[in-house]
Amino acid sequence: MSAELGIIAQQFVNGITLGGMYALLALGYTLVYGILLMINFAHAEMFMFGAYVGLFTLQGLSRIAFFTSSGPALLLLYVLTFLIAMIATGILGVVIERFAYRPLRHAPRLAPLISAIGVSLFLQNAALLWISSRSLPFPVLFEVRTFRIGGASISSMQILIIVTTIVLMLVLDSFVSRTRLGKSMRATSQDRDTAGLMGIDINRVIALTFFIGPALGAAAGIFSGMYYGNIKYNMGFIPGIKAFTAAVVGGIGNLRGAMLGGFLIGLLESLAAAYISTGYKDVIAFVVLIIVLIFKPGGLLGESVAEKV
Amino acid sequence: MLKVNDLHTFYGKIEALKGITIEVHEGEIVTLIGANGAGKSTTLKTISGQIAPRTGSIEFLGEQIAGMPAHLVTAKRVIQVPEGRRIFPQMSVRENLEMGAFLRNDKDEIAADLEKVLELFPRLRERVAQKGGTLSGGEQQMLAIARGMMARPNLLMLDEPSMGLAPVIVEVIFDTIKKLNKAGTTILLVEQNAAMALQVADRGYVLETGSVALTGTGKELLGNERVRKTYLGEI
Ligand SMILES: Nc1ncnc2c1ncn2[C@@H]1O[C@H](COP(=O)(O)OP(=O)(O)OP(=O)(O)O)[C@@H](O)[C@H]1O
Ligand SMILES: [Mg+2]
Repeated sequence: MSAELGIIAQQFVNGITLGGMYALLALGYTLVYGILLMINFAHAEMFMFGAYVGLFTLQGLSRIAFFTSSGPALLLLYVLTFLIAMIATGILGVVIERFAYRPLRHAPRLAPLISAIGVSLFLQNAALLWISSRSLPFPVLFEVRTFRIGGASISSMQILIIVTTIVLMLVLDSFVSRTRLGKSMRATSQDRDTAGLMGIDINRVIALTFFIGPALGAAAGIFSGMYYGNIKYNMGFIPGIKAFTAAVVGGIGNLRGAMLGGFLIGLLESLAAAYISTGYKDVIAFVVLIIVLIFKPGGLLGESVAEKV
Repeated sequence: MLKVNDLHTFYGKIEALKGITIEVHEGEIVTLIGANGAGKSTTLKTISGQIAPRTGSIEFLGEQIAGMPAHLVTAKRVIQVPEGRRIFPQMSVRENLEMGAFLRNDKDEIAADLEKVLELFPRLRERVAQKGGTLSGGEQQMLAIARGMMARPNLLMLDEPSMGLAPVIVEVIFDTIKKLNKAGTTILLVEQNAAMALQVADRGYVLETGSVALTGTGKELLGNERVRKTYLGEI
């Protein structure tokens, strides 16, 4: 394979890894927007919070000799780390909704947005003050091996990230389309008041949404820690903006759109880093946003069925 | 069956209901008529739990339901078919109908009811797989009513079911209402089409700016001079 193709293949692998993280985070923005028509500015902090809970869980559990004694035990350690971080962050999401957003549900639309910014600032500063103002190393407890496929190399870490991301997405997708709770989420996002008339407990659906989004964001945060090797109190900011952009590119409110948008932005960003300049990497998301919105104002998979009035 | 007593409902500072008292007996068709903004929809929304009243009581089968959230009222099979159709635009016709039966878990009976409503509205049968948002306005109205029926209501509250429908379809809707009622469903009907509503109704209430101005049997109201002038368009 030529060197040129090798670079493309390599950037493709990197882009999918990065895109998976954006996509997971983008799902949280799109879920909340779909149900409440609100942009949850505090969502980027779920990424950060999840990474910290993941780090502390990993550190704590790895002191127990059993978990590092064998391959399967190590796998269990990672599964537990993800579960605990995702559940803890999900609970944080529910608590935030309950106390910072629900009281403002009938207020003008700007009020919950401002409240969300407040929550975001609070969480960042809490991490800065109580944990550390510097970045903390995120250990990797397994041996990272690298495989060569064609001209590209892919690490076992990347495989782990990509596979877990895809599994989480498939689970979410079938949850929403197949289960009763998923149906009640869809109904609530299409018409909240009418969903109540069907017998759906709206507050429960909203709480559920605020659990799932942050839980997925936490997984993305841990991936980021593992991939880059460290975490910091403001680590959610840039990925948060890009993931939000990804959600809009895909058509905000649309789950598959958020996934598509995340992968698209991750891929283009990696390719741009190789072919244009790494300096431009961070503006790619917005260039994509502008181009997509010019041709498809509702996003790539935005609502195609107009509501009849 | 349903006793609404001195209901006051506000939207912020606006008092939309200024002491509404109405009663619906088991097996009846009762209609609420009144001009735009009289408070008909607000009355239904307050009963169904979409808005909480400031004061007043709503008793259904002996139980207080005033201020109860909508999903709990629905669980009592007090079902509102909202004004303006409000079907789920991204769901297929079939999924919309299934949403109507959301709280039921008698699978076979749900399937039978689905068959029944599709029998009643053949237009919906032709379009079961189509998304709700792509239906015509009239078809959406049929879907909204059919979805309400899927809940097997004890009390079915319809908010302007004939709005925007061709006269033939209006006939179908009113026939359906009568049939449902014969089969045991109690009905509270809000209508602009006062003539037709009063013809099918056992009793009616005329609302004016948030209070009950007149009440009587359907026949009495049809014969009432004020009703004839204001709501039936006679000169
Ligand atoms: N969401 C709302 N916010 C503020 N005021 C409202 C709201 N909904 C209704 N109102 C007011 O409450 C009053 C009663 O409205 P309601 O919708 O119950 O009337 P209606 O009798 O159903 O009228 P129509 O025949 O036009 O449907 C009106 O004056 C209306 O402007
Ligand atoms: Mg009305």
